[in-house]
Amino acid sequence: MPPLVHLEKVSRSFGADVPVRALREVDFEVASGERVSVVGASGSGKTTLLNIIGCLDRQTSGRYWIDGVDVAALTDRGRAGLRSREIGFVFQSFHLLSYRSVLENVMLAEVYGGRERSGRAERALAALDAVGIADRADALPTRLSGGQRQRVAIARAIVGRPRILLCDEPTGNLDSATTASILELLGSLYDDGLTIIVITHDAGVAAWAERKVRITDGQIQDTA
Amino acid sequence: MTDSGAAPREEAGRPPVAAMSWRDVVFESFAGMFARPGRMLLTVLGTTIGLAALVATLGLSQTASQQIIGRFDELAATEITVSSLPAAEGQPSNALPWDAGRRLERLNGVVSAGTLSAVDVGGRLVRGSPIDDPRSRAAFKITVQAASPSLFTAVRARVASGRLLDGGHSLRGDQVAVLGPNAAEQLGVGRLDGLRSIAVGDDVFLVIGVLEGVERKHDLLSSVIIPEGTARALYRLPAPEAVVVETRIGAASMLSRQVPLALRPDAADGLKVASPEQPQQVRAGIQSDLDLLFLMLGGVSLLVGAIGIANVTLVSVMERTGEIGLRRAMGATRRHIATQFLLESATMGAVGGVLGASAGMLVVVGVAFYQTWTPVIGPWIPLLAPVVGGATGLLAGLYPALRAAGLEPVEALRAGT
Repeated sequence: MPPLVHLEKVSRSFGADVPVRALREVDFEVASGERVSVVGASGSGKTTLLNIIGCLDRQTSGRYWIDGVDVAALTDRGRAGLRSREIGFVFQSFHLLSYRSVLENVMLAEVYGGRERSGRAERALAALDAVGIADRADALPTRLSGGQRQRVAIARAIVGRPRILLCDEPTGNLDSATTASILELLGSLYDDGLTIIVITHDAGVAAWAERKVRITDGQIQDTA
Repeated sequence: MTDSGAAPREEAGRPPVAAMSWRDVVFESFAGMFARPGRMLLTVLGTTIGLAALVATLGLSQTASQQIIGRFDELAATEITVSSLPAAEGQPSNALPWDAGRRLERLNGVVSAGTLSAVDVGGRLVRGSPIDDPRSRAAFKITVQAASPSLFTAVRARVASGRLLDGGHSLRGDQVAVLGPNAAEQLGVGRLDGLRSIAVGDDVFLVIGVLEGVERKHDLLSSVIIPEGTARALYRLPAPEAVVVETRIGAASMLSRQVPLALRPDAADGLKVASPEQPQQVRAGIQSDLDLLFLMLGGVSLLVGAIGIANVTLVSVMERTGEIGLRRAMGATRRHIATQFLLESATMGAVGGVLGASAGMLVVVGVAFYQTWTPVIGPWIPLLAPVVGGATGLLAGLYPALRAAGLEPVEALRAGT
């Protein structure tokens, strides 16, 4: 059975005249159902790695497969399809639409997957219920606390039942108590079989994962 | 995009593809528009003003041209002027008969006809008083014209004071005159309370009337008009110079062929007939000229509106870069993003078109009411306005939409953070 995420000698450079190599021939695998944290200093390349894994960015060289599908060979529509059906994103700054209600923000995740409209609200409510914030479904995100917003973002990420959850500093804007509750929530999702990759520079969050990967100057240094 | 809203079919070994139902596209576009109602209203306002200007200018063009055409039909299209051509050497004269007016008034379609001639007075000056006062400079070079009584009807003359010439004046060779208003002012002849006379050289004429105006032959306004019989007796006028004919509407074309035969059956080819163009051709010409002018004005207004839409849509794209990144992260393709923004701008353009058509029509009706005109507007103009507005919005939104679609997800997310 191939790994769910498989990067082989993936590099990513920025700029043409004096290229900055954000990733250098990275080999990285994540099996289905794993809980992995990627740690590193600011500018080490961890977010670039996450962007490539999430099909938000393209590698300069190397190969990348998701569940055996060669991502580099996909069209824009194919990559968008992977993002809509296989991958959920949780961002440090939440990225919620301020003019849409909590429920509508979660429902938005199903718009591009081509799923039927019927039952969309019910599924979104179930996702909100799973993250413990169903009672604020009609509120605007601007009326929520940071922890609540991140729960909404997690609900949006999981409503389409993706196989991979990519979290970029999910607790970066949260206090310690809220961080603990978010990690508890992510843990319960992991228990349900979701593959979770967390980018963090927080040692506590990194320790939460069962496998920790350190990245320095665009290269994976060690795996623990 | 799919029309059904069903999930895309996933085949073994093939990745799923992004899909979005049309209902979702429409819903997301409307949600995007209403996200910032103030911005939406300003965008719609730009198109509304542009389309209102376009509809108003087109409507005013049609209304004004109808007004002009109405006047043209009433005057120019009902006028024929006949004059004689110089006779070839050794051939008999092509002179018009003295009874030309009476002859033509027997023709069906002729309202009135009268003769008019410039009188050669041998360079004599005209004075406002019969007394020749060498110390004053009261003598003027003023055109003297001889007219038959029916000419005044043919040119639709209006009398300011006094009366017009009649047949008796001409038969008796009375030395009477009617003055055009400009000539009367020049000669210092005001209201005819008493007997006023003028002198052409040494010939004294009693002023019996002063004109207020004429609808045709405007040179009469600056002339001294005397009876034909008097001009023949005093100045040896050989023949009438021209016949002015007023016809019924639509009869001018036919009469222009009949008139020479009625006047000179023996030498019809020796007469020159000046008749108006066909009213339909003139109507089309005037309409075409006005349409072009007003279309250009309306086009400029619409262009300004389109630039407004493009600008606001571009600002909207820049403001919503983070949202675009989020949508791309959740599976939106470039096409989904472009479609959403295009639909937003096209919808705002179409709404602006509806409002603009209404406002433009109100302007046309208001101006027509103020000018006491009949408002005229083609039914296709208000009906097409929303389509033009939508198309304008679509074109204006093209560049911003393509720019939005061209954003890489990671760039958009980073820019919108």
